[in-house]
Amino acid sequence: MTAIVNEHIQPALPPPPVRRRWNGTRTTGWIALVAMVGMLAGLGLYLILAWDSELVAKYGPKYWKGLQITLGLVATSLVFGAAMSLPVAMARLSPNRAVGALAYCYVYLFRGTPLLAQVFLVYYGAGEFRPELQSAGLWLFFRDPWNCAVFAFALNTAAYQAEILRGAIQSVAKGQWEAAEALGLTRFQAFRKIILPQALIVALRPYGNEIILMLKGSAIVAIITVLDLMGETRRAYSRSFDFQTYLWAAVVYLLMVETIRNIWERLEKRLTRHLRRDG
Amino acid sequence: MRFLKQLTLTAAALATAAALSSAQADGMQLKIGTEGAYPPFNNLTADGKLEGFDVDIAKALCAEMKAECTFVTQDWDGIIPALQAGKYDAIIASMSITDERKKKVDFTEKYYNTPPAIAVPKDSALKGTSPADLAGAAIGVQGSTTHSNYSEATYTDSTVRGYPTADEYKLDIANGRLDAVVDDVTVLQEWLESDDGTCCKLLGTITPDPAIHGEGAGIAIRKGETELAQKFNAAIKAIRANGVYKSINDKYFTFDAYGG
Repeated sequence: MTAIVNEHIQPALPPPPVRRRWNGTRTTGWIALVAMVGMLAGLGLYLILAWDSELVAKYGPKYWKGLQITLGLVATSLVFGAAMSLPVAMARLSPNRAVGALAYCYVYLFRGTPLLAQVFLVYYGAGEFRPELQSAGLWLFFRDPWNCAVFAFALNTAAYQAEILRGAIQSVAKGQWEAAEALGLTRFQAFRKIILPQALIVALRPYGNEIILMLKGSAIVAIITVLDLMGETRRAYSRSFDFQTYLWAAVVYLLMVETIRNIWERLEKRLTRHLRRDG
Repeated sequence: MRFLKQLTLTAAALATAAALSSAQADGMQLKIGTEGAYPPFNNLTADGKLEGFDVDIAKALCAEMKAECTFVTQDWDGIIPALQAGKYDAIIASMSITDERKKKVDFTEKYYNTPPAIAVPKDSALKGTSPADLAGAAIGVQGSTTHSNYSEATYTDSTVRGYPTADEYKLDIANGRLDAVVDDVTVLQEWLESDDGTCCKLLGTITPDPAIHGEGAGIAIRKGETELAQKFNAAIKAIRANGVYKSINDKYFTFDAYGG
């Protein structure tokens, strides 16, 4: 059958390539591109020429320690945030008005205020309520700056992740729910096996963005004495007064973001392979 | 038309400003950078005005040099880069004269030199200021200072935690996250005498290490501006000699902050 069809129906020819002309926009684009590549190359060259093995030997291990703190902090916060985001997203979608309003308020507050303020409030705010926290047995947790950072970061990212998840779930066509119901699936089964997998494809990109934002946002944590990569950088700068220290931090952050971006590219390719047309 | 009118007005305003500044050109104009978060040396009052020992000394020096001075507040971490970037011409902010800093900026002679000290909560069991006494303790300091450098180098068996300004470590020792804080004795004393300092007491002073603490606090200026440095040095000598320094000193301290 397929053979006959293939024989008789010629595949449609691709459209002829559009001739692209040199116009103002294209020229400006190329000039901008060359300028940017030149700047990056200059930066790279500067880093090579300014290579100071004494500086690297002195602060390299500290940067490594800071990097581990950054990665640990962001990973832990993201995991807790993801766990918290699912119930928040469900609450946002709940037909119960009170539950929905509560979840909305939470999301509104955490997305509408700076992360810096949230971290500061959790850490120094907890300090003000020490007697109350102590009697509740929570002071041991809030005494530690790392815990406070994870607490604030997780609450913040949970708000963002809940919105990502909510949008993704709402983007799945209503017909999918109805089809699942027609097949006799319970609502929970339909959600877990049909809606969520489709929603996650939509949510994938925004999730990647959120991880990258969190990674970069974590650079403020030194204000509550957690010495992450940025904290170590500032310390190194205050000792050496060498501008390079910040450049190296930027390079490390850039590498981390680039790694995440690549992983995400692959994930997306894998998850959307049924949608690709080139077979 | 309106645009043109505005343009003319702006031009007129600029011309007046230029005329005014040329009229004052015989007096020197200086911008002084300071932190504004380090009482009693430099801090902002509730209504946002700068005050403190550094500020008074700076005003006295300016008066002595017949210079017209304006103040700029700048976070401690960026206080040297902003000087190099030309945001101001001199830093008068209790900056210790150290070899590390001398690589980037020039200093005048010291204008005061007071020892560092340690404060602890009133119910603290800590007895002395030696590394052995403080082993295992959490010590708070302001980051990027000689006190943080000293603490990290000396109290290797303790956890040294760096805060953005002195205000934050004061909060944290009051609420029990820290066992001790290290800073200039005058800074700690001022705080302990205030309402915020009721939590804590002075444990004792530390003998300064010249290699880390330097030779006292000086005025930092951009490298190579020796003429300005000489003017400041002459002014420091003059106010030491004519009693202006003493009257400022006595406003804040019961001892001579200039040191030996």
